[in-house]
Amino acid sequence: MIDLTVIWAIIIGFAIVAYVVMDGFDLGIGILFPFFKVGKDRDTAMNSIAPVWDGNETWLVMGVGGLLAAFPLAYAIILPALYAPMIAMLLGLVFRGVAFEFRWRDPAHRAFWDRAFTTGSAVATFAQGVALGALLQGITVEGRAYAGGWWEWLSPFSVLTGIGLMVGYALLGACWLNWKTEDALQRQAVTYAGRLGIALLLMILAISLATLTLEARYLDRWLSFPGVLATAQVPLATLIVTFLFYRALRRGRDAQPFFWALALFGLCLVGLGVSIWPDVIPARVSIWEAASPHRSQVFMLVGASIMIPIILAYTAWSYWVFRGKVGHDGYH
Amino acid sequence: MIEQEWAIVLARIQFAFTVSFHFLFPAFSIGLASYLAVLEGLWLKTGKGVYANLYRYWLKIFAVVFAMGVVSGIVMSYQFGTNWSVFSDKAGPIIGPLMAYEVLTAFFLEAGFLGVMLFGINKVGRKLHFVATLAVAVGTFISAFWILSVNSWMQTPVGYEIGANGQFLPGDSWWTIVFNPSFPYRLVHTLLAAYLTTAFIVGAVGAWHLLKDRANEGARKMFSMAMWMAVVVAPLQIVAGDFHGLNTLEHQPAKVMAIEGHYQSHPDGAPLILFGIPNSAEQRVDYAVQIPKASSLILKHDPDAPLAGLDTIPEADRPPVGIVFWAFRIMVGIGFAMLGIGLWSLFARWRGRLYDWPLLHRFAVVMGPSGLIAVLAGWVVTEVGRQPFTVYGLLRTAESASPLDAPAVAASLAAFVVVYFAVFGMGIWYLLHLMKKPPQAHEPALEDAPIRTAGITPAPAVLEGEPA
Repeated sequence: MIDLTVIWAIIIGFAIVAYVVMDGFDLGIGILFPFFKVGKDRDTAMNSIAPVWDGNETWLVMGVGGLLAAFPLAYAIILPALYAPMIAMLLGLVFRGVAFEFRWRDPAHRAFWDRAFTTGSAVATFAQGVALGALLQGITVEGRAYAGGWWEWLSPFSVLTGIGLMVGYALLGACWLNWKTEDALQRQAVTYAGRLGIALLLMILAISLATLTLEARYLDRWLSFPGVLATAQVPLATLIVTFLFYRALRRGRDAQPFFWALALFGLCLVGLGVSIWPDVIPARVSIWEAASPHRSQVFMLVGASIMIPIILAYTAWSYWVFRGKVGHDGYH
Repeated sequence: MIEQEWAIVLARIQFAFTVSFHFLFPAFSIGLASYLAVLEGLWLKTGKGVYANLYRYWLKIFAVVFAMGVVSGIVMSYQFGTNWSVFSDKAGPIIGPLMAYEVLTAFFLEAGFLGVMLFGINKVGRKLHFVATLAVAVGTFISAFWILSVNSWMQTPVGYEIGANGQFLPGDSWWTIVFNPSFPYRLVHTLLAAYLTTAFIVGAVGAWHLLKDRANEGARKMFSMAMWMAVVVAPLQIVAGDFHGLNTLEHQPAKVMAIEGHYQSHPDGAPLILFGIPNSAEQRVDYAVQIPKASSLILKHDPDAPLAGLDTIPEADRPPVGIVFWAFRIMVGIGFAMLGIGLWSLFARWRGRLYDWPLLHRFAVVMGPSGLIAVLAGWVVTEVGRQPFTVYGLLRTAESASPLDAPAVAASLAAFVVVYFAVFGMGIWYLLHLMKKPPQAHEPALEDAPIRTAGITPAPAVLEGEPA
C-alpha cells in the first residue's frame, strides 16, 4: 500500500524546491540591487523579474499552506518557534513586493523604494536562512506545542545559515542577470557570479561541518559505514557541479551557469534531506506523527495531482512569453 | 490581566488589524478584475476606443492594488500558525486542505497570468491577453470561494469528527464541509459586496472627473457603468443580506441578538431597535428608538413571534454587543445609501441629466469609499459576533492561541502597525494620485513600461496604437 504521508512529504519538498528555484533568483537580485548603476541597469534588473515574481512567491504560500494541510502539527509547532524570523520575513516581503509597483509610480522617491526593495529582499532571505538553521539545531517541543522562548531561534549556527542563504540567492540572482541581460550589466553579473560561487562553496562547507556537530544522529546518518558510501556522493557531486558551473561561466554561456547554480542548491537540499528524513521537525517530530488524517490527504491529493501539472504548464508558458534578453527600453 | 491573557488580546488585535487591512485590497480587486474583463471584452466586441482606454486606466490602478493584496495576504497565511497555533493544530485537517485548494486553484492562477495581463499585451495578442485577464478575474472569484468556505466552516462547523488527539477530523463527505450551512449565503453576500465596493470607487472617480469636465468620454462611461451596478446590485445585496441574516438566526442566534441589541427575550414580538446605546452592564439599550414588533416581523415574518434574547445564552458564551450593534447599523445604513444613489441615478438617466447633475456627482464622490467601509463593518459584525469562539460553539478563542510571550506579540503588532500604515498609506496615496488623472482619449499603458524583449517584434495592431 502506498503511504500517502510520504507522498505528501515529497509534495511539500517539491514546493520548497520550486520556491527556491523560482524565488531565489528574484530575492537575490534584490540583494545585489544597490551594486547596480542607478537608471538603466537597475530598471533592467527589475524588469527581468517584474512579470514573474508574484507567481514565484506563490510557492512560498504553497509550502506553508501545504504544511498546514498535510502536517498541521508541524505547522503549529514550527511557526511559533520561528516567530521573530517569520514576522521579519513577512514584513520584508511586504516592502519588496510593493517596491515593484511603487518605484515606477513615484519617481521622486525611487531611491527610497529601491532601498526598500533591497532591504526587504535581504531581510526575507536572511530570515528564511535563519529559520532553516533554527529547525536544524532543534527546537523545544512539549506535547503538541512549542515550549521554548521567543529568542530560541537565535544562535551562531542560525546566523550562519542566514548568511549562507543570502550568498546563495545572490548567486542565483547574478546568474539570472547573466542570462537575461546584455553588455555592462551582464559583465557585472558574471563577475559577481564568479565571486559568489566561491563564497557559497565556503558557506556550504562551513554549514555542513557545523551541522554534523548539532545532533548525534546527523553525524551517524552521514558518516557511519556503509551508508557513508552513498552519502559521500553528495559532497563529491557538489565539487563536480561547481567545476561545471565555473566552466560554463568561463565559456561565456548565458543560461548554463544559472542551472548549475540551481544544481548546487539541489544538492544542498538533498543533503538536508539526508540529515532530517523522515522528520518534519528534525529530531523531534516525524512526518507520520504530524500527518493529517487519511481523508484530508486523499482529498488534497486529488487536487494537487490535477492542479500542479496545470500550474507548472502555465507558469512555463508565462516564462516563455517573457523569454530572451530584457531590452534596455525594458518592460515593466 | 495575567500575561497569557494579554498575549491573547494582542494576538486578536494583530489578526483583526492585518486581516482588515488585507481585505480592503481584495474587496476592491475582486470587483476590479471583473470590471477589467468586462472592459476588455467590450473592447474586443465593439472595437470602441473608450473601452481600451478605460482598461488601461484601471489596469494601472489594479496593478498597485493587487501588489498590496498579495503581500498583505501572504501575511495571513502565516498568522494562523504564528499566533493561533493551537487552532491550526486542531482545525488544520479540515481548514488546511480548503486553503491548500485556494492556493492550487486560485493564487497560482492569478499570479501566473498577472504578468501577462500587466505586461504582455504586445507579446501574446488581443485574444490571448483577454484570456489572461479572464484567468485573473476567475482566480479572484475562486479565491473568494475557498476562503469563504473556510470562514463559514468556522462559523457553522459540520461534517467533522473529534479525534483522539483533540483534532477536528473530516467525516465521510468533504462536500458537507465545503458547502457548510452558512457558506452559500456568505459567498454571495461577500462577492456582491466586492462588486459594489468596486462600482462605488469607479463611480466616484467618474463623478470626480465629470465635475471637472462633463464631456470626458471615459468619465461618462465609467460613471454610467458604475451607476448601473448600483441600480442592479444594491437591491440584490439587500435581499442577499436578509437571507444571510435569517441563516445566522438559525445557526448563530447569539450573533443576531447582539446585532438587534436584544438583551432580553421577547415572548410576544420583539421590537426593532433602530438606534440606541447598548449598555451591557445593565443589560439594556439606552435611548432606544424602536419599532414595536418589527424585529419579529423581519426575522420570523410574524409580528407576534417570540424572540429569545441574550439572557438565554450563558454569560461566558455571549459576544460583545456594542461593537456588533454599531457595525451592523453602519453596514446597513451604507447599503441603503447605495440603493438611494442607484435610484437617484436612474431618475437622472430618465431626465437625461446623468452627466449633468453636480449634486449627484458630489454625492457619488462622497460615496466612493462607502463599499470599503461597509465591507469592514460587515466583517466586524460576523467575526466579533461569533466570539468567544474560533470554531463556533466548539473551540474558544482563548484556547486557540499560540504559546507566545506577550512582548513577542506586542513587538510584532507594533511592527505591523507601523509598516502597514507607512507602506499601504503610501500605496493608497499613489492610488489616489492615479485616480486624480482624468481618463484620456489616448490613455498610456503602464508608465515606463513599454513591454519589449530583445529579439521579439511586437505583433502589429495590438494595443500599441489607438484602436478604432
